[in-house]
Amino acid sequence: MAADASTVGSSASSSGGFAPFLVDSLFQRSLDDMIKAIRSAPGGESSLIHRLLAEIRREIRSTDSDTKFLALQKLTYLSSLYFLDMSWAAFHALELLPSSVPAFKRTAYLSASLSFHPSSTDLLPLATHQIRKDLQSPNPSLSSPALHLLALSSSPDLALHLSNDLLSLLSSPRAAVHVRCRAVITSLPVLRLTPDSARAFLPKLVEALSPSSPLLSAAAGIFCELVCSGDPRPYLPLAPDFHQVLLECRNNWILIKILKIFARLILLEPRLKRKLVDPICELMRRSPAKSLVFECLRVVFCSFPDEETAFQLAVEKVKEFIAADDDPNLRFLGLHALAMLQPGQSWAVEENREAIVKSLADPDPNIRHEALRLIMNMVFENNVVEISSLLINYALRSDPEFSNEILDAILVTCSRNFYELVLDFDWYVSLLAEMVRNPHFMTGEEVERQLIDIGMRVKEARSELIRVARVLLIDPALLENQFLHRVLSAAAWISGEYIQFSRNPLEIVEALLQPRTSLLPSPVRAVYIQAVFKIVTFCFNFFVNAGVLSDSKCNIDENTGAESEDSSDATTFKMESLELKELLTSKTIIHILNLIVTALVPFSECNEVEVQERACNVLGLVLLLNGIEEWKTDDVDWRIDGKIREIVTIMSSAFSEELGPVSMHAQKKVLVPEGLELKENLSDLDEILRNNDVPSSLSISFSSRIHSHNEDKEESEPATESTSLLAEHRKQHGLYYLPTDKDESGSNEYPRANDVTNAVSSEKTTNDLLKLTDQSLVFRLTKPAKPRPTVVKLDEGVDLPSSSSQYVREPTGDLLSGAVRDVLFHGDETSPTIQNTLSENYTQRKANETSTISNVDSLLKDSSSPREREIGSSSSRKNKHHSQGKERNRNTRKNENKEEKGNRSSARSSHHHGKHKLKQRVESGDPSLAKAPQTQAIQDFLL
Amino acid sequence: MIRAVIVMNTQGKPRLLRFYEFQPPEKQKELIRSIYGVLSSRADNVSNFVKTDAIFGQDTRVVYKHLATLYFVFVFDSSENELAMLDLIQVFVETLERCFKNVCELDLVFNFSKLHAVLDEIIFAGQVVETSSEQVMKAVEEIARNSLSLSLSLSLSLSLSLSLVHAPMRMLL
Repeated sequence: MAADASTVGSSASSSGGFAPFLVDSLFQRSLDDMIKAIRSAPGGESSLIHRLLAEIRREIRSTDSDTKFLALQKLTYLSSLYFLDMSWAAFHALELLPSSVPAFKRTAYLSASLSFHPSSTDLLPLATHQIRKDLQSPNPSLSSPALHLLALSSSPDLALHLSNDLLSLLSSPRAAVHVRCRAVITSLPVLRLTPDSARAFLPKLVEALSPSSPLLSAAAGIFCELVCSGDPRPYLPLAPDFHQVLLECRNNWILIKILKIFARLILLEPRLKRKLVDPICELMRRSPAKSLVFECLRVVFCSFPDEETAFQLAVEKVKEFIAADDDPNLRFLGLHALAMLQPGQSWAVEENREAIVKSLADPDPNIRHEALRLIMNMVFENNVVEISSLLINYALRSDPEFSNEILDAILVTCSRNFYELVLDFDWYVSLLAEMVRNPHFMTGEEVERQLIDIGMRVKEARSELIRVARVLLIDPALLENQFLHRVLSAAAWISGEYIQFSRNPLEIVEALLQPRTSLLPSPVRAVYIQAVFKIVTFCFNFFVNAGVLSDSKCNIDENTGAESEDSSDATTFKMESLELKELLTSKTIIHILNLIVTALVPFSECNEVEVQERACNVLGLVLLLNGIEEWKTDDVDWRIDGKIREIVTIMSSAFSEELGPVSMHAQKKVLVPEGLELKENLSDLDEILRNNDVPSSLSISFSSRIHSHNEDKEESEPATESTSLLAEHRKQHGLYYLPTDKDESGSNEYPRANDVTNAVSSEKTTNDLLKLTDQSLVFRLTKPAKPRPTVVKLDEGVDLPSSSSQYVREPTGDLLSGAVRDVLFHGDETSPTIQNTLSENYTQRKANETSTISNVDSLLKDSSSPREREIGSSSSRKNKHHSQGKERNRNTRKNENKEEKGNRSSARSSHHHGKHKLKQRVESGDPSLAKAPQTQAIQDFLL
Repeated sequence: MIRAVIVMNTQGKPRLLRFYEFQPPEKQKELIRSIYGVLSSRADNVSNFVKTDAIFGQDTRVVYKHLATLYFVFVFDSSENELAMLDLIQVFVETLERCFKNVCELDLVFNFSKLHAVLDEIIFAGQVVETSSEQVMKAVEEIARNSLSLSLSLSLSLSLSLSLVHAPMRMLL
């Protein structure tokens, strides 16, 4: 014992530098210790992790590899699960890579691949040699982590230096399939990083595509990735190979990938369909795997709308999916598949309508969402009224989120393309008003926009708009719901702008000035006050003119701009104006002016300039009018030539011009004033704006709602001031107030806007929904009762941004697809250019591509052309390159055709033909053969 | 390709994270929080797909499975099949079941590297490489055997002196 102790002492003293590490390693926590410590830490996890990190920082610098390994292991754990940046330790991970202990090495690889940070990849080249060594290791448990790091690190240096090793691994028959599979997958990121290596890699990858290859699964995976994420065009020549796999392979995973590839290729070459219909139908009929069937469905729905049998079969399958009561996944995917259908095939959706409508009540929000989307796609002019009304009723009973989803869907569908679905705007306007009554209503902004938009675009809808606005404004309970404030703002604007359609403007003024408007945010209040201004101007104008021109037919028209061409319209108008005349007497007007003064005087000192300014304007007008005594008497003369008349004419002319919609392109028509810099860098402003980032008062959130409540209660001043007003308002509009038996003093407690009063049982819900199936989705060609009013459109003929480019995405990774195209279309002929600099090469390549593509296209266009012509055209093309190639090519073609004719189908023969050619090309490198075979292969394949 | 594999518990604590495209740690944290927000609000008997365009970007899909106290989440793009991914989660869970016998959250907590070893045998750089849990088990066992035998032989020769030092130190303290 004593001897042992002395050994310790001596070793510690002899190697002074070693001692601290020794102590570290002795008391070092293992990963398990650390996890236990974290788990038992009472709440203070973050401080503990801070301590642990400090510990690890010390340990990881140790020269002892055991200590370093444990530290790295712990750090990897922490950084992976506690979101810590470990790029600072990247070097230490690389230090452990050469370790001979497999566990150390694997941890180092795991750590490096988990934290492959772009900033740390510049360290990776340091490990190039070690990774190369591990790639060559016969032990898969060493070479696959090395491959994984190579694949994930996305380091161009590493890819460049190791691409040859990867290539030899791909082709090496000695390496385990396990490793070669991973090598195939790794070649995808390597190809992306170094497009020039495509020449070397692609033949190997194409080779792996053969149905008998053990690497098929990986190869299908990466080709799917290449085709789906970039430009699919270069891979068109591989169609025969993919087809072969589709016919012979029985692995669902691979088949799914192949189908995905074809889904993209069909867009480029529609004639592939003929080749694919049968195998796909076969798969749909036979395969028990739902995943594969779903993939087939997707291809058929997206690409085969005109293939009768396949389409019918797919629709059958979708029905099975949707009817799967025990599996919500299948139901969801079934609906999802139906949503892929183009408008032309909506009968397939129609067939499933009952199931779709039932799905609206599904517990799964995804399914409900898909069902709603499908239903909205089935909305047409003739059923929009029924569907919308039923959906709105349904929204009343669904949960808040879905309820708003429904309202959103209705708003979007009905307003599509300038309300093209809406025939009856009176109905639509009242529908909007009904939406507002939904307890979960949150789409205030859109309703606001549409109400104003309709007002401006559709003249015929204005009287209904006024009616709706009146109902909204007059109800004090609505003021409390902050989601409705935007709608109320629209209602106020409408009531000001189109007041001539109102039967009782005074009532609206009262509503606009009701005490509870103190709940509104100031921008909305400003709109309210401005509306009061307009209405007062209108009333006075009417009052002044009515006495003079009451028997003239067009008294209103002149001053308000309202048109009344129809005679019946004119008479109703006259009646209304008579009513108005009775209403607007000097007495009522004096009353309203007094009301305005009482309500608005407090605002003349408001903090919000907008509110203050408008309040002052109105008060100024009232003061002016009140200052003139003549109109308050029963005398009539002042109407004809009084001072008042002058004022009123000026005021009303300010508002007489009608506001119209603004074209989407109006901004473009405005000339940029000289000296105005529009394109100057405004980055300096960013900072300033960030500093002033004050939350807007209109921000919609629950917290702000509560906040405004509190504010309201704290602000006692306006409350006391308005008590008398409140009492009066209450007396007049008792209908909207709670019965006061409980609290006689007239408390400020209002019922919450839009309380759900009657929760309806789910049974009724489904019944209602089923009614929807019976009635609405059936196509009915009924004549609308009245002609559709004109909707003012300004942007007609201008292309609206379309959303149809779902499948034709912008090609990405152009460099790679260009390189691939070079290999698959051109063969070796461009090999010298490959050595050139990339940018130079790229433009040149582009030119080549387009010419090749056009050649292929012209070849493909006349599929019925005789064989001789093809050979002629293709060989004439080759003539440009090599005159000898013509003869040779024709001979080989003939020979092969002789050999393979007879016992093989044309597809197979052409496939082998193409493959053979490809191999030959790769081996011989004959430039004359390089170009033709692939294009011919696809051509033969299609025949 | 598969963009990410996430295993987290029902409190939102991550138990396994593997991103096949680089994401900075702060971003990872945010993603986990948002996906947890979506998953925790879903009932049990609903479909396994969630719409997460807002979280992971356009053209991504998410499949998840809720088992005991854990969510298994796979994030992938349009080149993978939804139902196939669901099967793949099943393969992963089955393999873990074989690995740990009655796997529970604690097994995942304390077997960080083994968990990664299993996952890496199934998904490699975002591509599916193996779908048979039996094969995966074989490979994982092979790795374990490999590192054990090698490290034993090494540590015998290398850490002989160290082990001599270790014992008395412990006794002294």
